[in-house]
Amino acid sequence: MYQYDEHDQRLLDQRVAQFRDQMRRHLAGELSADEFRPLRLQNGLYIQRHAPMFRISVPYGHLASRQLRKLAHLARGYDRGYAHFTTRTNVQFNWPKLEDVPEMLAELASVQMHANQTSGNCIRNITADPFAGVAADEVADPRPFAEILRQWATYNPEFAFLPRKFKIAFNSAAEDRVVLRVYDIGLDLVRNDAGELGFRVLVGGGLGRTPILGEEIKPFLPWQHLISYCEAILRVYNRWGRRDNLWKARIKILVKALGPEAFAREVEEEWANSKDGPNTITEAELARVSAHFAPPAYEPLPAQDAAFDALLADNKAFATWVKRNVRAHRQPGYAAVILSLKKTGTAPGDVTAEQMDLIADLADRFSFGEARMLHEQNVALADVRRADLFELWQATRAAGLATPNIGLLTDIICCPGGDFCSLANARSIPIADAIQRRFDDLDYQHDIGEIDLNISGCMNSCGHHHVGHIGILGVDKNDQEWYQVSIGGTQGNGTTLGKVIGPSFALDEVVGVIEKLLETYVELRHEDERFIDTVQRVGTEPFKERVYADRQPQRKAAHV
Amino acid sequence: MPTASRKGKPPMSDKIIKNGRVVTDDRLTVSLAEGEAATDIAVPAGPVLVPLAVWQARRDELLARARSGELGVWLAAGEDVAALADDLALLQVIGLHFPKFTDGRSYSAATLLRTRYGYQGELRAIGQVLRDQFNYMTRCGFDALQPQAERYTDEQLEAAIASIDDFTQPYQRSVQDPLPLFRRVERGSGREVQQ
Ligand code: HEM
Ligand code: SF4
Repeated sequence: MYQYDEHDQRLLDQRVAQFRDQMRRHLAGELSADEFRPLRLQNGLYIQRHAPMFRISVPYGHLASRQLRKLAHLARGYDRGYAHFTTRTNVQFNWPKLEDVPEMLAELASVQMHANQTSGNCIRNITADPFAGVAADEVADPRPFAEILRQWATYNPEFAFLPRKFKIAFNSAAEDRVVLRVYDIGLDLVRNDAGELGFRVLVGGGLGRTPILGEEIKPFLPWQHLISYCEAILRVYNRWGRRDNLWKARIKILVKALGPEAFAREVEEEWANSKDGPNTITEAELARVSAHFAPPAYEPLPAQDAAFDALLADNKAFATWVKRNVRAHRQPGYAAVILSLKKTGTAPGDVTAEQMDLIADLADRFSFGEARMLHEQNVALADVRRADLFELWQATRAAGLATPNIGLLTDIICCPGGDFCSLANARSIPIADAIQRRFDDLDYQHDIGEIDLNISGCMNSCGHHHVGHIGILGVDKNDQEWYQVSIGGTQGNGTTLGKVIGPSFALDEVVGVIEKLLETYVELRHEDERFIDTVQRVGTEPFKERVYADRQPQRKAAHV
Repeated sequence: MPTASRKGKPPMSDKIIKNGRVVTDDRLTVSLAEGEAATDIAVPAGPVLVPLAVWQARRDELLARARSGELGVWLAAGEDVAALADDLALLQVIGLHFPKFTDGRSYSAATLLRTRYGYQGELRAIGQVLRDQFNYMTRCGFDALQPQAERYTDEQLEAAIASIDDFTQPYQRSVQDPLPLFRRVERGSGREVQQ
């Protein structure tokens, strides 16, 4: 994993000093609330419903054990003993004190962590495939490029005050595991016919109230030009993106207004001036950064392991966990393990200080001291010896981190919603909780199979509801919490946006609606068909009919 | 439109930061009020910055004053720097306006003027110019920083100079640092600061 050199560390320390002084001037009345606002946002500090909310960046989701311990320490010392892992591999604290944040930043800086640009209209945390470096279907490791681009984006003087927030993601494998098409820039690492490495560049994706999928503007950008080309995109956007209306300010609106071809031409024209200039990435720089991501010291292990197979055969619960929560690894004898933060009864993505400490210990014992965050709000240990899986399972099971539900119904993506967020129309955590309780039975979940259920508390779509097989969106009707349900959204290679099935529902109706959707699926499914496959085959109509069948008469009755 | 306009007020000695030092400066920023035509307004004597529209409408009349450096031109945030491309050799002062400090267009404008168009004269940030953006502004090529007249006391402005150096060895290539960090310095493997 990337280790700071003196330059990285100096820059981060200077940032901490800068913000400390800004906070001081703010508290002394020299920096008004309006002037302070963008500064604190670019240091991760929001003012929310109950308290400030503090968002820490985890670049491309990589966490060293000492960093996890630091987060646990912050949770204990400055918060209420837990943190929230987000869909953008950030970590949020919900209860810090405003004036404590500079000190928290200083603590973070001591382990090479920060809250740089985690909010505000600037380039945000860059995400990448969580299984980078271990996935069998990987073209090449995206992390060196993500790190190089992180450095370019960090305290970039030209692009700190963009029209709106700007999010970049890297994919690098046959399977898209980052939802590339919902990003402002999606960079897909590919090889051309000559075997050279480069990027397929997508631009103009985003969720929010106008969800749009990114469009390809360049089929192959040689890797050397990553910075200069991104700079050209950002410059076109910074100069010509709309600033008159907050809701039309994302790059997706500019790309849509110009059309992807015309936008691409603008970028090419801008890029022509800087292409092959000093921002061209050198072989030496790529090699320097890549060295940080060299594979760990794997032991040579046999591909087969009779003892492990025997354990699987003997222990059904263990076998279930392996089937759901363990992924294949490139290295013989190793596996990648997903720890579930979706145990029924805890808010999706919430993790306690004790759990973070435990994950740190387990990472040290079993996975070369590193953990990774997934955008589905779970945590992975990416390099575990197969022979250690049983012990790891037992340890995580005792801590509530081994629910074998990855990819299943209760593995819900969920934003903080109305319980914490001041922009919310409705609460989302109670919906997730009700669904998890109703469908807690694992046999039932396994029968239903893989399904993505995503919940956002408002149109900002932090919970990715647009791309859930089932999406639930909090809406406001006469100051009451209502929920709109959509189906048919997908993430991954064939990313599509879901379709709303009809009028929205009251909070206590939602679980019943989910139940009907699932019943419909069970009746209509062909063998081996997932929920989403059935929806795609039969369309939304049968689902709608079932859900609204007994509602309409009731409603009519209520009107007379 | 800049609220920093001192038009109509008695000339007062305002302070700005120029090349990292506080200096007194009595350049007036002229702006067009609602309904005022670029062709009609009076351009006061002495050092001034005039809007692009005035410059374009009355270039011949103002040419000598521009050459001497007495008159400069300022661009609003949405105006394309290309409009001045042919005048850069003669202009000695250009202002770029920040209607709000959160409007970042003038950072790109400054970068383009300095790099693509090779502009060498004074580049002045006007409008809502705050110390917390001084570092980014100077890195993008501004050498004159003019906060709004009432924003800082003399003492505060003096203290604000420190913000120019918030980051001393940045990652990026910029006007101030023609090379990105990876070409500017020898970078370590990183192991040495690992705790
Ligand atoms: C609690 C404080 C939060 C606030 C105030 C907030 C605010 C917002 C806003 C205003 C947007 C819409 C931006 C736009 O459409 O231009 C947005 C989008 C988003 N947020 Fe949040 N958010 C919060 C928490 C979260 C959390 C906890 C997550 C992850 C679980 C998250 C992930 C996202 C994502 C993925 C998007 C969609 C990005 C896109 O539109 O492309 N946010 N957020
Ligand atoms: S989706 Fe809405 S309610 Fe949920 S965190 Fe985002 S802004 Fe808040």
